[in-house]
Amino acid sequence: MDIYSEIILDYFKNPKNKGPLKGATHKAEEFNPLCGDKIKIYLKVNQSGKIEKAHFDGEGCAISQASASMLTEVLEGKTLAQAQKIKNEAIYGLLGIPISPARVKCALLGLVTAKKAANIPPKSK
Amino acid sequence: MSNILGTITKIEEITKKAHKVGAKVLIDAAQSAAHQRIDVQKLDCDFLAFSAHKIFGPTGVGILYGKQALLQEMPPFLFGGDMINHVHQYDFEPAELPNKFEAGTPNIAGVIGFSFALDFLEKLDYKAIQDHEKKLLKYAISKFSKYQEVKLLTPPPAQSGPVLSFTIKGIHPHDIAEVFNSENVCIRAGHHCGQPLMEHLKLPATARMSFSIYNTIEDIDIAEKALQKTLKLFK
Repeated sequence: MDIYSEIILDYFKNPKNKGPLKGATHKAEEFNPLCGDKIKIYLKVNQSGKIEKAHFDGEGCAISQASASMLTEVLEGKTLAQAQKIKNEAIYGLLGIPISPARVKCALLGLVTAKKAANIPPKSK
Repeated sequence: MSNILGTITKIEEITKKAHKVGAKVLIDAAQSAAHQRIDVQKLDCDFLAFSAHKIFGPTGVGILYGKQALLQEMPPFLFGGDMINHVHQYDFEPAELPNKFEAGTPNIAGVIGFSFALDFLEKLDYKAIQDHEKKLLKYAISKFSKYQEVKLLTPPPAQSGPVLSFTIKGIHPHDIAEVFNSENVCIRAGHHCGQPLMEHLKLPATARMSFSIYNTIEDIDIAEKALQKTLKLFK
């Protein structure tokens, strides 16, 4: 099966929720030193602790960028605690392709970054 | 020879300059060992190392050459069987070279396999190897330079070993390698363990084809098809 399915290529070429997010309450950045992939995740969490809006930004391979974009859609509407519980398998499911060991880091970079962002207490003003 | 760009380094010049200021020279010959004859006396290097799997031998075994006087000065780095002459209660005398540096049970099968790989390579004609590889490199450059999205990062063939590093605008080298892989073309992608050079080139990574005695012109035609597929897929 081809790793570059229509859906991955579509998210890579026309990413959803890409770019800095205005009014973000949480953000984090992660790198994949092996590939040079970079991902930033922005979360805007409302008073009741729910993620209202999630964005990503970054550069890298199609797998890392597409999976981060897909993840932002999944994050919206979840609480921070629920975001922490997203399993790696959920990401593989979104991508819908077998992920070889060499590409696991690419696929999970968005999730790792999102969990890091969700862990950081919001900035107090 | 650079494993990233193929650049053939003028080792003798470097060795002369280094020795003038009292520095020692260690050559990593892993990339060049299968492509050119190594003459450590002529290079006048102090140390030279390469691994067996780069010359069609087994993994997990390699060569470290060192000038005898330097090796004699150096203390053992690993203790174990076969590296001692005498052990006393408070000190010891290490064994003669090379045993001093070969503690413990050696990788016997690996070393024997390595010797056959060296015999194989020694029977080949290096001029013929280089002519063949140069032909492949020139052909690959002529094919890949037709595509304006493709940037070749290799010095002119006269100064280069059979290595062709390239990038494609908007496509990460790992994605390039993955598509090539799906066409049964095995290339390397990444920073090739040379992050300082990547920093200098302002690139996260490159895709790299490297050619050897077993490659053919047809292989490069197949690689060009993989390139076309890559460009089409990410258009």
